[in-house]
Amino acid sequence: MLRQVASRGLAVLRGAAASQRTCAARVFSSSSSDLHEQIRRLGPLSREYSTALNLHRNTTDNNPEVPFEFTQANLERVKEVLSHYPKNYKQSGIIPLLDLAQQQNGGWLSISSMNKIAEIVGVAPIRVYEVATFYSMFNRQKVGTYHLLVCGTTPCMLRGSRDIEAALLKHLGVDRNEVTADGKFSVGEMECMGCCVNAPMIVVADYSNGVEGFTYNYFEDLTPERVVEIVEAYRKGEKPKHGTQNPERLNCGPAGGLTTLLGEPKPPPCRDLSAC
Amino acid sequence: MAPRCRRYPLPLPRSSTGSGSRRFSFSPVDSSSAAESGVAGSTSRALHSGVAWYAGIRGKFYEGKQSSDFYKWGSGLSLGGVRHARVASMAAVGAKFEAKPEDCIEVSVDGKDVTIAKGMTVLQACEVAGVDIPRFCYHPRLSIAGNCRMCLVEVEKTPKPVASCAMPALPGMKIKTTTPLVKKAREGVMEFLLINHPLDCPICDQGGECDLQDQSMVYGSDRGRFIEAKRSVVDKNLGPLVKTVMTRCIQCTRCVRFASEIAGVQDLGVLGRGGAEEIGTYVERLMVSELSGNVIDICPVGALTAKPSAFTARSWELKSTESIDVSDAIGANIRIDSRGPEVMRILPRLNEEVNEEWISDKARFAYDGLKRQRLNEPLIRSADGQLEPVSWARALKTVAEAALKVNPDQMAAIAGKLSDAEAMMALKDLMNRLGCERLWVEGNGEDTVADLRSNYLVNSTIAGLENTDACLLVGTELRIEAPLLNHRLRKAVRNLRAKVGVVGPETELHFKAEHLGNNAEVLASIAEGKHPFAQTLSKAKFPSIVVGSGVLQRSDKEAVLAAVQTISQNANVIRDDWNGYNFVLLNAAQAAGLDLGFVPGSRATVGDKSSIKFLYLLGADDLTPEDIPVDAFVVYQGHHGDRSAYRADVILPGVAYSEKEGTFENTEGRTQQTSPAVPTVGDARDDWKIIRALSELAGVKLPYDTLNGVRARMLAVAPNLFRVDELEPATPLPKESLPEVKAKLESSPFKRAIENFYMTDPISRASKTMAQSTAAFSRS
Repeated sequence: MLRQVASRGLAVLRGAAASQRTCAARVFSSSSSDLHEQIRRLGPLSREYSTALNLHRNTTDNNPEVPFEFTQANLERVKEVLSHYPKNYKQSGIIPLLDLAQQQNGGWLSISSMNKIAEIVGVAPIRVYEVATFYSMFNRQKVGTYHLLVCGTTPCMLRGSRDIEAALLKHLGVDRNEVTADGKFSVGEMECMGCCVNAPMIVVADYSNGVEGFTYNYFEDLTPERVVEIVEAYRKGEKPKHGTQNPERLNCGPAGGLTTLLGEPKPPPCRDLSAC
Repeated sequence: MAPRCRRYPLPLPRSSTGSGSRRFSFSPVDSSSAAESGVAGSTSRALHSGVAWYAGIRGKFYEGKQSSDFYKWGSGLSLGGVRHARVASMAAVGAKFEAKPEDCIEVSVDGKDVTIAKGMTVLQACEVAGVDIPRFCYHPRLSIAGNCRMCLVEVEKTPKPVASCAMPALPGMKIKTTTPLVKKAREGVMEFLLINHPLDCPICDQGGECDLQDQSMVYGSDRGRFIEAKRSVVDKNLGPLVKTVMTRCIQCTRCVRFASEIAGVQDLGVLGRGGAEEIGTYVERLMVSELSGNVIDICPVGALTAKPSAFTARSWELKSTESIDVSDAIGANIRIDSRGPEVMRILPRLNEEVNEEWISDKARFAYDGLKRQRLNEPLIRSADGQLEPVSWARALKTVAEAALKVNPDQMAAIAGKLSDAEAMMALKDLMNRLGCERLWVEGNGEDTVADLRSNYLVNSTIAGLENTDACLLVGTELRIEAPLLNHRLRKAVRNLRAKVGVVGPETELHFKAEHLGNNAEVLASIAEGKHPFAQTLSKAKFPSIVVGSGVLQRSDKEAVLAAVQTISQNANVIRDDWNGYNFVLLNAAQAAGLDLGFVPGSRATVGDKSSIKFLYLLGADDLTPEDIPVDAFVVYQGHHGDRSAYRADVILPGVAYSEKEGTFENTEGRTQQTSPAVPTVGDARDDWKIIRALSELAGVKLPYDTLNGVRARMLAVAPNLFRVDELEPATPLPKESLPEVKAKLESSPFKRAIENFYMTDPISRASKTMAQSTAAFSRS
């Protein structure tokens, strides 16, 4: 699969990768020239990260001049969030407030929304940027109404998450972290979301109904075909059934029904209480 | 001989002999020498708050002083000999921090038992034992991060190696630093650090003085197992002073902590996570701080280096000279690194009582001004208005003739900001002998009286200002006028929650301060006790007042100073154990000038400059051309062709501070000396020598021919200027003994004393770096 090197801010230049390859090869060349071949086959030795660029560049729709205010309803929520923390530790509320702002803002955090939160909790803006860049679930650039996050961690990868992502990108005709022309979909990558038993899986962050109707849905046991069907269902405005997509499976149970633990489980041997 | 200018803090405060508590030694040296040390240096030291006080000295600034001999303080290091009793008593202000025997614990480091204070970390315990622990993120003046993991040690009965910088030492802990486990652990850490660190040491400015380079010599492998690509990180633009190569960064976060904790600018942060973690500002933003250059020193690798000296020199090519900074009145201790005749860079030296280990950006980067606009031969203005080079003999003869033609009442001499005490002494003697008494030092004003020394010094001492818990700033922009003093006040705000009120121009001080107003009425209402801040001051335990020397330029300065005196009396600012009355000077020459009496004599006319017919400018550039009468004969003696040189009739080339051995007194009354680091340019001569030669031609020969001769004369006039590296505190007089002031306060606002921090003196005005800084950081 071709990696989306160009679209990633932290991609290493190919030239640098090539020279690195030679360096690495030189270290080991004394033992075998096969290794040289192996390294070559690793492909472009770029490093990819699931978080986006750790740098803000002003754009027309994302710059400090674009105003951001919490809605009246959300201001109540802000108050509620801050009431959880002591007055002198308001910065503890940064994460819930960022989450709130992201939902209100259609799935992403503009620079002015982060500045607003810094103002609310009384810290320097950089302290909010630090938090927002740390967590990959905070999007600092525009996402679609439905943000599709493909799990890229080892179990899902072994079960074909790369194919799932490729199918999504091909179907939607976008690069990773790019939004479709109609603004409806975007594809990102996530680290393990604890669903390895039903790998591969994606998460759909659904920003179509604002803060009130925000949902975060797991779709598991996917195939490249099924994931495209899910996207199409969303496009039609349907809400596809989340959870496992394998009809033979119930939640995370074994496909096709139980194969073990069929009988009534034996109770654990109890101590003879009268003995003491 | 031990380097004379160093003041090392003791590893632990010793109890004062007068305190009655049992004398207690923490020294690893044997008990007999420890007992001696207790007798020899009985000055107790205030322990800085928390764990931040300095337990160890290492790293690049302190070369030639290894931690091993640092710990021999029992015999080798005293606190500078005899101290005034006041200093000792003021140190006792911090008595609450003093470690008592019951606050101590014993731990063993590599089988050696050491006694340390409770709350010290394992790493500090190791330093007390004289064991050097490798580290990147730990810095004694910054909060503990514990994220580089290089300082791993083994502690008996713990399953894993522990990060010694972040682990509190516990009683009876058995710490091992030389075991195979420790070695292997540190090698592992080093291998991880080197995974993403580029192999560009040959083109890296940190090469030769890089912590990572040095420590990889011990813990690094000759090959790596990592065969993938190293990551690369976008460089950040931090302005014209700090160059970033962020790919080299190892994320120790020292710079982030320095920016937020010391400099007080919340601009830098750690962005991203894991392998993508990087240091940055997220939004495009320069780091605007007068102390920003210090991140270069604390960066353990080559990620942050000095932009002005990029690719110009290697650390091993440089000759280091210990000297004193003259760009402000703090007198920061610096090290001038030179190669041949060129100053290549300036670094701070450790002096806990003056600058700790920081210096301002102007002190650090203005040195390129030393190479531009220099005056290198005597010049005389010819009939057609052009300056023409002449011989020294002719230049001096012209000056002498001109001086003798003029009535002494119509003469005046001004000493510039960077004048050393020797030159001022000689000039004062010369002018006095010619009958002229109209003398002043730039910044002091034309009619200053120097009768009361305590009125023009930082009496709390620079370090002592950290102890204040309420401070009133009057007519000063402390951050701009004295960044290092501002940093001390910032410490007081951070550590003691000191309340700071400002009467004067509104400035961002980088700490929480209440702006009370910018007019004399506020001052009057505080003096009358009507203003709420008057209560804050009088309730404070260690109240202080900081007056900027900008008030000396006001026509109602006597009234302002009288109001400040009243405030200080009402709030009990001056007591036997604490003197919080601080007058901050702007320029390096001011304090020594006042001590030497470089002020108008009683017969001198003051004010109207139109009568001046002969004007001697010793590097003084603050006068505007309008101030100088057209028919006046102007002699400019200095090292830079700065403002006044254009008006001069005769130019006598002097030497800059980097080229001479000169005495300077800082704003707290500490005498320090510069040392010549580079040869002087062209035909220039030492300033006092020029004046001495001139005196002979003018027929009033000065009675000294050597530097020691001048200093002997200084000893007679101001004995404290002879006692180098010593602080001579001033004795305050009770208010009753002061003359009554009848002047009225005026309503005009306090003006800024310094418009542009980066360009205040001839050297910084000639500096390209400072010009760039002005463009990048200017506040307008």
